[in-house]
Amino acid sequence: MDTITVLLVLLALSVAGFFLGRRRSHAVAAGEGGARALHSLPKHYGYMAALWALLPALGLLVLWAVFESSILANVVIGELPDQVQQLPESERGLYFNQVVSYARGAIDAAQLDHVQVTAAEHYRQLLASSARFKALLVSLVAVVGGLLALRRIAPKLRARNHVENIFKWMLFACSFLAVLTTLGIVLSVLFEALRFFQKVPVSDFLFGLEWSPQMAIRPDQVAASGSFGFVPLLVGTLLISTVAMLIAVPVGLMSAIYLSEYATRRFRSVTKPVLEILAGVPTVVYGFFAALTVAPFIRELGESLGLTVASESALAAGLVMGIMIIPFVMSLSDDIINAVPDSMREASLGMGATMNETIRKVLLPAALPGIVGGVLLAVSRAIGETMIVVMAAGLSARLTINPLEAVTTITVQIVTLLVGDQEFDSPKTLAAFALGLVLFFVTLLLNVVALYVVRKYREQYE
Amino acid sequence: MNSTNEGASASHSSAAIKASLKKRYARERRFQWYGRMAVLTGFVFLLVLLVDIVGKGYPAFTQQYIRVTVDFSAEQLGVAPGASEEQLAAANYLGVIKNSLRAMFPEVDSRKEKRQLYRLVSVGAEYQLRDMLLADPQLLGQTREVWLQAHSEAGSYLKGQVSAASAEADRKVKDVQMAWLDQLRAQGRTESRFNTTFFTAGDSREPEMAGIKVALYGSFFTLLVTFLIAFPIGVSAAVYLEEFAPRNRLTDLIEININNLAAVPSIVFGLLGLAVFINFFELPRSAPLVGGIVLSLMTLPTIIITSRAAIQSVSPSIREAALGVGASKLQTVFHHVLPVAMPGILTGSIIGMAQALGESAPLLMIGMVAFIMDVPAGVTDPATVLPVQIYLWADSPERGFTEKTSAAIMVLMGFLIVMNALAIYLRKRFELK
Repeated sequence: MDTITVLLVLLALSVAGFFLGRRRSHAVAAGEGGARALHSLPKHYGYMAALWALLPALGLLVLWAVFESSILANVVIGELPDQVQQLPESERGLYFNQVVSYARGAIDAAQLDHVQVTAAEHYRQLLASSARFKALLVSLVAVVGGLLALRRIAPKLRARNHVENIFKWMLFACSFLAVLTTLGIVLSVLFEALRFFQKVPVSDFLFGLEWSPQMAIRPDQVAASGSFGFVPLLVGTLLISTVAMLIAVPVGLMSAIYLSEYATRRFRSVTKPVLEILAGVPTVVYGFFAALTVAPFIRELGESLGLTVASESALAAGLVMGIMIIPFVMSLSDDIINAVPDSMREASLGMGATMNETIRKVLLPAALPGIVGGVLLAVSRAIGETMIVVMAAGLSARLTINPLEAVTTITVQIVTLLVGDQEFDSPKTLAAFALGLVLFFVTLLLNVVALYVVRKYREQYE
Repeated sequence: MNSTNEGASASHSSAAIKASLKKRYARERRFQWYGRMAVLTGFVFLLVLLVDIVGKGYPAFTQQYIRVTVDFSAEQLGVAPGASEEQLAAANYLGVIKNSLRAMFPEVDSRKEKRQLYRLVSVGAEYQLRDMLLADPQLLGQTREVWLQAHSEAGSYLKGQVSAASAEADRKVKDVQMAWLDQLRAQGRTESRFNTTFFTAGDSREPEMAGIKVALYGSFFTLLVTFLIAFPIGVSAAVYLEEFAPRNRLTDLIEININNLAAVPSIVFGLLGLAVFINFFELPRSAPLVGGIVLSLMTLPTIIITSRAAIQSVSPSIREAALGVGASKLQTVFHHVLPVAMPGILTGSIIGMAQALGESAPLLMIGMVAFIMDVPAGVTDPATVLPVQIYLWADSPERGFTEKTSAAIMVLMGFLIVMNALAIYLRKRFELK
């Protein structure tokens, strides 16, 4: 039986548990004056039986799905002959993968030796018996769980509280998923990154000035050839982000000031949503716009001025990224400026200052920490943005701060390293996870600092 | 004495103030203009973006056809009269098309020109003829006028996107092909129709045969998985945090995590999907299942944050009334608070789904970038999604694909506009209450 069937059986058992539980509650109450004698409504007894049947069995099913393949793999690999056992881990993995593909019918026997064919037969048998055993055990657990709950049903049993407690724990589990996700991100990225740092020293990665991951894939080359230097990627990322900020911060901030201090309510109610459309445009659309419209335009413009502009210039990618971030900066600054108390505005205006003097001398200094926080959030956005740079920035890592040249970024390299074939033992693939680790922690740091600054700022005026 | 002195200095300073006032007012006006310019800049960017996309994309919604006299004779097809279905399926349709084209332009004789001539119609034309004949075997031995799909390059000339004015070396449609096409047009043998292929075909190497159907199905399945995971979990988490969570370190930890996850770059979620779901749990690559799981993790913070706001805004009197008549906390929440908060929760969820629909970076990591021609039948079949299809087409150098890319963007944006409009409508209704 496959997993879906087992799941359906489980659901059926649980529904049966509900009806049996409800009936039994009526039955036990009958002797003591009917349903009124029960502590909870009959349906709560039903829910209780259903949950007891469902949850432990479901847990077992999940555990089974998680550990089945690795346990079976260990059993089968353990039975392979010694010369296979002594192969390096990666080759043994490859060898075994062929066994698995054959057992699933994905490749035919011609590509395998006879040891693999026997192993595959064995694997298939194990898989089949594991599936049977799983179905049996899961159903058994469900039935036992349901029966245990049914046995406990008595008029005094606080079924409602019991069921609600279980629900509360389920709600908690849902919100705890956020912590698990973070943990999953950190562990998965960290784990592969550590494997990468076993092959390439951390110092080479952090301080190396040259990035050319393609070189290390040739078998006769040592991986730690110094070609995994992360500095050019960092400089490229910062260059593009700087261009983006130079567009987004002035435009976004000035728009926010104008809309919150000068514009009429009607103008504001029309303008703001329209500008926020920019935030809803998918990034792949910006990427297309950058690569096919903005980049050629900038190139032609540069050439008419006598400048040499790369066809994938940092300027084009940064400009478009800036457009994308405008609404982000705008709504953050808007919130911040609105949080400045009106008494400060009124005091300044009452002293005879003009509006712009009030804004520049009173509002902005007061709002500065908040705005800085908002800009930091925007920078973290720009650093983590992927599609625009994948489509519009270059691939070659050049160490330059000239925005007219092509540079590459951290996210571009992650995508290039991981799209297509992946080998989880070559530094080339693992490097992507090291970059991911850096990206995660840099953006995390920026976010934490920014959120802290913004919160402190808010508290100041509350 | 004194008073005149004072008067003089007063008038002096008021003159200075007057002079400086002028400057200050000028500065005030300038400042306002900066603000207007900033708002205007945003508008201009938006307008340029939209005009650019629509301008590039709208020709993709029409498709060019050429009427060709096709001779379905058994001899030309290379089959015996009364051939079986299998034989008919394997017949030489390409030869038939070539013959028909040569018959229309008998003056063509050099190899090179012939090859140019054959490139007027789409590579898919032979399959069109095959399907015609298989559907109606009576056609064998007859001659028919058939509208064949034009090749994308020929099509772009017929649409007027390429003109003879540019240098011949710069364009794929050569002068001689243009002359033939002009001749065909004069004979009324060309026609422009609404491009149905774009909505009914999967990806293809030939621009005129490529469509977004597979990507639409992929997006649908992916979003379905995303919604089925993110909505119940997100709402449950929001309910827990708003109604049940005790004020302690653990709750703080959860809240900090949710806020941080909202700002984690999407590509990092792709790395998580690759390392955990594909490498560790060995779920299928390129499948909407994994894509949906990854996107649901990504949209969870959005849904949780907006759902919490919606639950928070439910008036406490509703809670108190329910508790007062003896409902338990859980009954209060599920029977009374959630129904009132539902429009707000749905608004947030739709916005989260719109985000997920437009997202592509994490899906690149889990292999949803494959070239896929078959419609996925379920969540575990290899598929691609609309934004990734756009990414793939944007990489293709053919001009036919540029136009397809823009058209696909228009479709994607259309969906996003509908979703956001729905969200705004719900929010408006919610605010009225």
